[in-house]
Amino acid sequence: MSELLAFKDVHAFYGKSHVLFGVDMVVNEGEIVSLLGRNGTGRSTALKAAMGLVAATGSIEFRRETITGLRAFEIARRGIGYVPEGRDVFPALTVEQNLILGEKKRRGVPSKAQWSLDDMYNFFPHLKERRHTSAGVLSGGEQQMLTLCRTLMGNPDMILIDEPTEGLAPRIVDLVGEYLIELRNKGISVLLVEQKLSIAMKVSQRVYVMGHGSIVFEGTPTELLANATLCKQWLEV
Amino acid sequence: MEFILFTLLNGLSYGLLLFMLSSGLTLIFSMMGVLNFAHASFYMLGAYFAYSISVNLSFWVAFLAAPAIVAGLGAAVERYGLRHVHKYGHAAELLFTFGLSYIVVELVQVTWGRATVQYSIPAELDGPLFTLYGTSFPIYRGFMMLVASLMMLSIYLALTRTRVGLVVQAALTHPSMVEALGHNVPRVFTLVFAGGCGLAALAGVIGGDAFVTEPGMAATVGSIIFVVVVVGGLGSLAGALIASLLIGMVQTFAVSLDYSVLTLLTALGIQETALRGSVLRITVAQMAPMLPYMLLVLVLILRPKGLMGTREG
Repeated sequence: MSELLAFKDVHAFYGKSHVLFGVDMVVNEGEIVSLLGRNGTGRSTALKAAMGLVAATGSIEFRRETITGLRAFEIARRGIGYVPEGRDVFPALTVEQNLILGEKKRRGVPSKAQWSLDDMYNFFPHLKERRHTSAGVLSGGEQQMLTLCRTLMGNPDMILIDEPTEGLAPRIVDLVGEYLIELRNKGISVLLVEQKLSIAMKVSQRVYVMGHGSIVFEGTPTELLANATLCKQWLEV
Repeated sequence: MEFILFTLLNGLSYGLLLFMLSSGLTLIFSMMGVLNFAHASFYMLGAYFAYSISVNLSFWVAFLAAPAIVAGLGAAVERYGLRHVHKYGHAAELLFTFGLSYIVVELVQVTWGRATVQYSIPAELDGPLFTLYGTSFPIYRGFMMLVASLMMLSIYLALTRTRVGLVVQAALTHPSMVEALGHNVPRVFTLVFAGGCGLAALAGVIGGDAFVTEPGMAATVGSIIFVVVVVGGLGSLAGALIASLLIGMVQTFAVSLDYSVLTLLTALGIQETALRGSVLRITVAQMAPMLPYMLLVLVLILRPKGLMGTREG
């Protein structure tokens, strides 16, 4: 397996506050990796740093090319997709217009999988029924589906997903799980920030645990669960 | 009867002209979060460029070329000025556009002089469009309304029917998400800024000859369009349209009403000589320039986000 996305000694700042303290992390081709930890430990910031949405020092590499310092749209065009926490649908536009805006120009390597509007509608028939509805009036679950699909429309090879199941009903959480497994089957890499251990453990090959802005554990889900002290110290609320 | 009709038409054409200015201003505001103080300067530049071009070539060349030149200037201002100032925050951006508006006024005075220039309506558009009860409605007013309506239709179609329009609409509320989806948002900003400046210039081309082209024109119209965007709701195109028409009507009607509270009292049979010299003698027409600002203050008190606005403060 070859390295796709790599964080090397990454520091990030929000204004004057120092959020990431030398993060080292790797996601390989076709791998789903979860980034766990309590709220406020810097997991979302790590995703934003990779996406160019927050200033970072150190180096973040995608396909072994440095992407730190690039603008978000340039990073996106290299094949990275981003699904933010809180979903961020474009409320005034319809479901279909939101999806269309997910399409993007690509540079470099051709993408692993191509997705169309119909693929999305087959995946979540609910979105098809509501395709001419303003995204702003959808339920939280529908908005989450929409954001996940919108990013997929850009045919990314790597997706950064921030808290996709937060505040959703169990039935929707299952759908998100199926979506992640579909990505894995297509060989798309995922870096997943997730609060629910169950879903993270089920879909990931490897997990990282973050505490106070640095990585405190790296291993397989089984290894993590076996380490009760670690879970207690860094994960349990 | 014809008084109402003509005032309505005049108000409508003035209101539509205000919309050509305020639409760009409000779009630029909602996208970049910056109120462009120099927006009316681009309106003035449009009028002056149109004057020079129409004197040397023709009005119709000016009609196309002046907005294009000003749009190019706007793009340069955004790309090489505002974009660099952006990282220092909104206050710095505001001061930048504020300074720019002074530079433009000075440059205009150096180039064209302090006096009014003879920018007049082209001969083929001069004359009455129709005459009703002895009052005639000028062709040029009709032309202004036609241009403004076509512009409105084009903006609407561009925003709702094109991919770039969708990107613009989405970037109005979620610029960083749009960028994370792979769209070149900085370039969209430049495009919107240039487009807004081009529209302002077009308003200058068709407004400069109908009204007056002089170095004070930017200041005069600048304060009115700020009222328009605040009353309409910052960032709302529909709000800007409603407020433009409202203020266009209010101002046009007010200047033609030569009545005061005193006239009203006299009509009601109250004859009080002591009131003759009081504020009650001020007519609505005399108050006309004040009315937009009174509306502004009222809206800010009663509905701070404006008529159609969604954002607070």
